[in-house]
Amino acid sequence: MENHYAIETQSLGRVYKIRNPGKKENKTLTALEGVDLQIKPGELFGLLGPNGAGKTTLIKILTTLLAPTHGYASVAGYDVSKSPDDVRQRINMVSGGESSGYGLLTVRENLWMFAQFYGIESKEANQRIKTLLEIVGIADRANSRSSNLSTGLRQKMNIVRGFLTDPEILFLDEPTLGLDVGASRDVRSFIRRWMDDDPKRTLLLTTHYMIEADELCDRVAIINKGKVLACGTPASLKQSLQKDAIFHIDLDSPKVLVESVFSILPGVTSVKIHDNENKTIMDLVLDEESALANVIATVTSQGAQIVTLQKREPTLEDVFVKLVGQRMEEVEHADAPAS
Amino acid sequence: MPMLPPVSKRHTGWRLFLMTVIGRSYPRVVGMQRERSWIFFDTFLPMLSVAAYVFVYRAIKAPEDYVGFVVVGGAMMAYWMNVLWSMASQLYWEKETGNLALYIISPGSMMAILLGMALGGLFATTLRAVGIILLGSLLFQVHFVIASATQLILVFFLTMVSLYGLGMMTASLFLLLSREAWHISNLAQEPIFLISGFYFPIKNFPAWVPMVGSFIPLTLGMDAMRQLAFASGPSLGWISVNIEIMGLIVLSIMFLMGARLLLNYMERLAVREGRLTESRG
Ligand SMILES: Nc1ncnc2c1ncn2[C@@H]1O[C@H](COP(=O)(O)OP(=O)(O)OP(=O)(O)O)[C@@H](O)[C@H]1O
Ligand SMILES: [Mg+2]
Repeated sequence: MENHYAIETQSLGRVYKIRNPGKKENKTLTALEGVDLQIKPGELFGLLGPNGAGKTTLIKILTTLLAPTHGYASVAGYDVSKSPDDVRQRINMVSGGESSGYGLLTVRENLWMFAQFYGIESKEANQRIKTLLEIVGIADRANSRSSNLSTGLRQKMNIVRGFLTDPEILFLDEPTLGLDVGASRDVRSFIRRWMDDDPKRTLLLTTHYMIEADELCDRVAIINKGKVLACGTPASLKQSLQKDAIFHIDLDSPKVLVESVFSILPGVTSVKIHDNENKTIMDLVLDEESALANVIATVTSQGAQIVTLQKREPTLEDVFVKLVGQRMEEVEHADAPAS
Repeated sequence: MPMLPPVSKRHTGWRLFLMTVIGRSYPRVVGMQRERSWIFFDTFLPMLSVAAYVFVYRAIKAPEDYVGFVVVGGAMMAYWMNVLWSMASQLYWEKETGNLALYIISPGSMMAILLGMALGGLFATTLRAVGIILLGSLLFQVHFVIASATQLILVFFLTMVSLYGLGMMTASLFLLLSREAWHISNLAQEPIFLISGFYFPIKNFPAWVPMVGSFIPLTLGMDAMRQLAFASGPSLGWISVNIEIMGLIVLSIMFLMGARLLLNYMERLAVREGRLTESRG
């Protein structure tokens, strides 16, 4: 086999035309811009970003569902625009919360149907379905109609559909979206096992959960507003914050604390204050620990009290805050959807 | 120990095409028969409009074969509704559920998916159409006089090929549309009832009406079938059965080729415009 990346993109971009009935000119929206990625066979690669970052757009381009408007993308060595058929023989895709298949069919029948589209003979397909349903723990539901499944079980069925055809490269778009903690953990451990089974398998997943990217992925690209801001192993991304001191402070405050009061203090790299139930939480990144004294003095002068103060290891969330200047949640709430 | 061995064999080419057709027809061949109540309603409800026409024809003392015409029309109506709602506008629903994206990214061809949809729909509808014919003939004592069984079967076969070919073609055409597809199907439903002559012979119209209506294969198909199945059929027919057979062959080829061309074109267009997946907001 020739030497190639499992997935490669060069200055990849996508601009959507927003149809605007009534008005003459159409608006455009840049969903993806200048994306350069090189993913090697065998990697479990994560795209981490808030709502609207362009994750799904990138997955659609790589799975041949959407043409790029700029740049180039290849999957398994094939140009997605020029040789979609070659790409399609080697991939599969599962999206979080998808309602694919037919409710009148059983779980097993739905999965069998999709295996047919990949040319896998019924006997082999059914054997694989049986094994996979056992692994994800829904073997007892094989003969229930898929319309009767709960969200979590349904997503497990979708996940099985993706793995059933043993694709060279698998795309998972927010595979744990809407799942409870237990089901998410099951899905994650299944993904990890599947990757460990065969070193040639490549998997690209998108997520907006920090832990998912951190615990599961070999490498992560942080994406916001269509651009890749950083890319590396979770450890190396967090390494960039190693010199900083990070504190998590629970406060009891009679009045609303203003971030800008703290961010101007010397030695403060970033500060985020938010309310959680009736506590005030301050996430603090400092150049050096000695700057903490000033912060505590200011807290007291504002009439607030420290309930707990905890020094902690950097997370990918901190990396995101450092890159974007906002927490991921804030980005999601700030962007009013374009109408 | 690996949890799953690699897939040992993946068929390609015509085997894959066939497997895709079978896979996509399965939900319609097996799944749709699970809801017994649907079969009942799909058979029973068309009987109501059939009955209405039968009573009118009996009241005005129309020729008795008109009653048979109406029963045949009721059965054919089931196919028309199936093509309209489960073929033409089907891809809209498939888009919303996410199935369409999965069909496109699978190695199986979209033409095979459409064919599977058509064959499955044809099967499920035939169960209902047979029910309508049996029930209608029994209730209203229809008297069939089959002139030529071979020709009748040929006409039925060609009507179905061209009708479902039309369905496949419109489905591709509607690939770009979202809810509009649903509205267009809704708009198409009633006028076709009239110009295709579901409940009366089209001979009664000025000639241009059936000519226009002939784009819907049921117009020619029903006229030919009635000529072949009833004693007074030939005298109530529009044009000769042989010409109608020729017409149906032309329509079949036209629609199937049209479906293939349009599908390729529309898929490329939809990929470019980003309209293959569920509509947002
Ligand atoms: N078909 C479309 N037409 C116009 N704009 C679109 C279309 N699809 C997506 N967008 C816009 O492109 C941007 C990126 O969307 P995308 O779905 O790729 O984001 P995402 O990272 O997957 O977000 P989410 O977490 O919400 O799934 C968003 O602003 C979105 O509104
Ligand atoms: Mg998305």
